[in-house]
Amino acid sequence: MWDSIQKYFLDLAERDPTWNFIYIYDDKELERVLDGIWVTLELAVVCVLFSVAIGIVGAWLQGARSRLVQIVVQGYIQFFRNTPPLVQLLFFYFALGQFTPTFSPDGYLQQPIISNVGWAIISLSFFAGAFNIEIFRAGIEAVPQSTQEAAESLGMNRFQAYVYIVLPLAFRVSLPSLNNNLVNLVKTTTQALAIAVPELLYQLVSIYNDYSTSQNACMVLMFVVYITLVGVLVLGMNRWERRMQIPGYGG
Amino acid sequence: MTDAIDGDWTPDRPIVSLMDVRKSFGDLEVLKGISFDVMKGEVICIIGPSGSGKSTLIRCINALNPIDSGSITVEGQEVNDPRLDKLELRKKVGMVFQQYNLFPHKTALENVMMAPVLVLKQDKASVERRARALVRKVRLEGKEDSFPGELSGGQQQRVAIARSLAMQPDIMLFDEVTAALDPETVKEVLVTIRELAEEGMTCMLVTHEMGFAREIADHIYFTDRGVIVEHGPPATFFDEAQDPRTQEFLSQIL
Ligand SMILES: Nc1ncnc2c1ncn2[C@@H]1O[C@H](COP(=O)(O)OP(=O)(O)OP(=O)(O)O)[C@@H](O)[C@H]1O
Ligand SMILES: [Mg+2]
Repeated sequence: MWDSIQKYFLDLAERDPTWNFIYIYDDKELERVLDGIWVTLELAVVCVLFSVAIGIVGAWLQGARSRLVQIVVQGYIQFFRNTPPLVQLLFFYFALGQFTPTFSPDGYLQQPIISNVGWAIISLSFFAGAFNIEIFRAGIEAVPQSTQEAAESLGMNRFQAYVYIVLPLAFRVSLPSLNNNLVNLVKTTTQALAIAVPELLYQLVSIYNDYSTSQNACMVLMFVVYITLVGVLVLGMNRWERRMQIPGYGG
Repeated sequence: MTDAIDGDWTPDRPIVSLMDVRKSFGDLEVLKGISFDVMKGEVICIIGPSGSGKSTLIRCINALNPIDSGSITVEGQEVNDPRLDKLELRKKVGMVFQQYNLFPHKTALENVMMAPVLVLKQDKASVERRARALVRKVRLEGKEDSFPGELSGGQQQRVAIARSLAMQPDIMLFDEVTAALDPETVKEVLVTIRELAEEGMTCMLVTHEMGFAREIADHIYFTDRGVIVEHGPPATFFDEAQDPRTQEFLSQIL
């Protein structure tokens, strides 16, 4: 079965060189593509989780009494929201990367402790996290003060009220905006290309640099993978949104 | 004086005691020296015109609002003390709000169970048994699994009362708990409160239901612009009000 598919695309490439699906009939290129998809998935999932965690903690810190904490969080948000993510990525990798310690696994070569994948995860998570803080804060502000007071009057402390009352309600309000931001984040992972993270776009660009006739085929794959990836994310989020709906509450 | 009774409160002393309580919001002085005592098992009603500071007063008692000066003690414990253990206070004092303030993402039963499990760390199974009994007590059997959004105002308010009672408080505060309800459902909530009062619960109510106040209260306090203008047992208060401000208020509302 697979053999005949490979054979079909090999024939197609010979007949019409503008459609050279090399990554289908050439096992070596296929492996590069699969590696690329794997790294893209890894980046997307890890960054989504980290950025949501940053959002939750950041929104909590924004409500802290300490003026200093508030200013630090606000500064962080302004910095990451108002500068391009590509520039952030380059800054993290090339500027901060110089100052991180190195280690030597084989005793000869020195390797930085944080790899380019590590920097991409840090940079992208902070980028999306800044937006998530704002998104969650808007959700938290939508929870009436009186609901928190009720929790307080039942003896809950600020942390309990946040975790069990405010967050679950704020989350529901935030989901549509969170959805948008996470879609954006998944798409932005392609920029990790700039610091040579071997994700899908990086792999495809190197493939069509090696085999220029495969350019169209590479583009097609790029769109197919991202439409699928974002589609699954959106579907999952919508499902979650529906499951979180409370009977008789909200829209 | 508060130090003397701190920690060894006995039921022959006031369960709630206010002494010259003052409270301002910015330049606006809302409470201008309020003093009174409530004994265990007593039911007192606070009435007065809008904006006279009734809600503020009641919220100060369970430390939702801090006071500027004076003293509030609950079972001998000073509320106006920076070292106050709020949890200890809130175990003793239950509060029901005008807008119910239920947790909309929890069912009626979960609303009732939440604080005992989370705050008092009580065993879930026994809390559930007690919660079901409380739901029956406020006459909502069958509604255990409904969400607040699926209940009428009166039903929500009774869940809120059950939720407060689940913490087994010694004192219940009610702040205009029927003000958001239509006349039909007011009654079902008042019935619940009356039963509580008859069982000996110490109750402090802010209310505009004069008939109810007259029937249920041991003592009525009339506040205006942050002071207690006049107070007394219902019979004397309603029929022999002395102060012109009380007379005017009563004539408007009765
Ligand atoms: N958090 C607050 N910040 C500023 N002012 C407040 C605050 N809470 C209450 N006030 C003011 O304090 C005054 C007393 O308010 P309070 O809610 O205690 O009145 P009330 O007697 O309960 O009135 P009502 O019968 O309308 O409920 C009002 O003038 C109100 O505007
Ligand atoms: Mg009020």
